[in-house]
Amino acid sequence: MTDATAADPPPSVPGPTERREALGRALRNPLLGPLAALVAAVAIFTLTTDTFATAGNASLILQQSIVIGTLALGQTLIILTAGIDLANGAIAVLGTIVMAKYVVGGGDPLLALVLGLTITVVLGTVSGLLVTRLGLPPFIVTLGMLTVVFALARLYAESRSYPVTDPLLRFWGQGTVVGGVRITWGTLLLIVVFAVFWFALSRTAWGRHVYAVGNAPEAARLAGIKVSRTILSVYMAAGALYGIAAWQALGRIPNADPNAYQTANLDSITAVVIGGTSLFGGRGSVIGTLIGTLIVGVLRSGLTQAGIDNLYQDLATGVLVIVAVSLDQVSRRRAAR
Amino acid sequence: MSRDDAATHTDDRPTPVLEARRLTKSFGHVRAMVDADFELMPGEVLAVIGDNGAGKSTLVKALSGALIPDQGEILLEGHPVHFRSPLEARGQGIETVYQDLAVAPALDIASNLFLGREIRRPGLLGTLLRVVDARAMRTEAKHQLDALGVRIPDVRQPVESLSGGQRQSVAVARAAAFGTRLVIMDEPTAALGVRESGMVLDLIRRISGRGLPVVLISHNMPQVFDIADRIHIHRLGSRVAVVSPRTHTMADAVAIMTGAATPDEVGGRSHFDERAGRRDRPGVQGEPTSRALPGPDGATDHGLPEQESPR
Ligand SMILES: Nc1ncnc2c1ncn2[C@@H]1O[C@H](COP(=O)(O)OP(=O)(O)OP(=O)(O)O)[C@@H](O)[C@H]1O
Ligand SMILES: [Mg+2]
Repeated sequence: MTDATAADPPPSVPGPTERREALGRALRNPLLGPLAALVAAVAIFTLTTDTFATAGNASLILQQSIVIGTLALGQTLIILTAGIDLANGAIAVLGTIVMAKYVVGGGDPLLALVLGLTITVVLGTVSGLLVTRLGLPPFIVTLGMLTVVFALARLYAESRSYPVTDPLLRFWGQGTVVGGVRITWGTLLLIVVFAVFWFALSRTAWGRHVYAVGNAPEAARLAGIKVSRTILSVYMAAGALYGIAAWQALGRIPNADPNAYQTANLDSITAVVIGGTSLFGGRGSVIGTLIGTLIVGVLRSGLTQAGIDNLYQDLATGVLVIVAVSLDQVSRRRAAR
Repeated sequence: MSRDDAATHTDDRPTPVLEARRLTKSFGHVRAMVDADFELMPGEVLAVIGDNGAGKSTLVKALSGALIPDQGEILLEGHPVHFRSPLEARGQGIETVYQDLAVAPALDIASNLFLGREIRRPGLLGTLLRVVDARAMRTEAKHQLDALGVRIPDVRQPVESLSGGQRQSVAVARAAAFGTRLVIMDEPTAALGVRESGMVLDLIRRISGRGLPVVLISHNMPQVFDIADRIHIHRLGSRVAVVSPRTHTMADAVAIMTGAATPDEVGGRSHFDERAGRRDRPGVQGEPTSRALPGPDGATDHGLPEQESPR
């Protein structure tokens, strides 16, 4: 660029300064890394396998990402407040069982959904209350919740699974075919919930408060933000998302199994971290989480297509997590100076 | 005795903008404030000095609603107030820059300026969904910073990308932008170099120039003597004296602050000039009326009548 005033431009200089600001902002954008990783992964698998870059495979990757993606969205909200949720998978599983068992027992499917969603919101609220009222560390609270809810799910399921045939419960697994590609309603719902929370986090006062509370809780309190209430609202919203994930799960695999989604909690944390959200709270975005979810999906799919063992897939994901956390640590240290 | 106080107020002196009587606050066994009095007069810059742990921040937090005192009363322009949260104090026009906790580093400048009171979009979007008007906040943030002469290229930068002085300037500018009655600053220059401190001090002068009374907590004596109209000296949880930079030296102030001298020995009751000038002060070296530094521009003499004797 031909900019004469390189060192310290007066604020009134138009054009170049603003363009440079915009460029600077773009380069500072924390989504850049995850996006580059996603593009690179797609490029590599496209070049190295014949079967990866097909519309059908893309559709499959999306479908496989839906449940973890929705769980990871709730996880993102909680991690933004410097929390963590180890119970999200278990809560969603209990949701699927409540929904499915009620319908299998002859209940009204709509009521089943309401019941399932209620239970997940209530459980999210319980975690939130334990964190905010008792001041317990989220890790401990949700570790306890994980054990309790998993046990509840198995007790309530009487250690069996409940196949679902009801079209309402299976709705998100249905879809339409556009140009030979199957798009499930679940995929569209995933995009919608991410869009809703992207908007809520970036465009509303609530969203700003979530970031502030995660980044600097005491400064937030002194600025007049109701810290506990904000954190509680996040756990409740996450609970609702886990309910949606439960419904999505029944669409994807129409069988409510108390032993399903055992690693969903860690998978969702993986997606969040790879997406660039800081485990220390206050930094990150749901778009990052969407990208992180897709990176994991693409890696799994691509490595499978390339005929590489499952264990190497885990290895690759693990390495990515460590890289992402290290990058976060480095950038935080640089910011703290 | 508080009745006496009230009587003096109704005489010839103006009502303090903010006054506290006998504030007490304990944290477990730690008595952070013990019968602390406080008084801020209209238009003045009041410095609060005291050793580490003297209870200055505790006093400030009580005055700004960030903590609730165990005992004592707070009067805002003569009327008792009971702040239960920082929000309530801010609602009354009291703005505070808290020590070390002024900003959320990861948030951008505009978001920090409006944290907790975001400008919302008009209509249902704003009231129901609390959708913010980011553009308006940016414009207003730029406007406020410009008005105070704070030079920051881009209000969309996260605060952590700023220098310490700029960061503190953002916090001070926020207080200045929203403070309608008074502004309190708890060690705003503590972590800053000479040049950056100067920047923040200039800012404080500008705020004071608008007629807003300012409470400034600082350990930096030259700064305090440069900018303050009066100096509130805090020791072991309460106010021990209020002195004037016109009549007391830094050595006097430090002696009172550390307990090396009692206020009486250095003329602690004499923060109004006439008497202090005449007072015989044996045992204290230096001219009583000597000044270490030139006074602040337009420093005013409030001509206060004699204050109650410090406890
Ligand atoms: N939240 C708290 N919990 C426990 N003790 C506290 C708390 N806040 C302050 N204290 C104690 O109260 C006393 C006064 O603290 P305060 O922060 O008011 O001092 P200060 O005069 O502001 O000191 P400094 O100049 O170091 O900022 C100290 O002994 C401190 O340890
Ligand atoms: Mg302090």
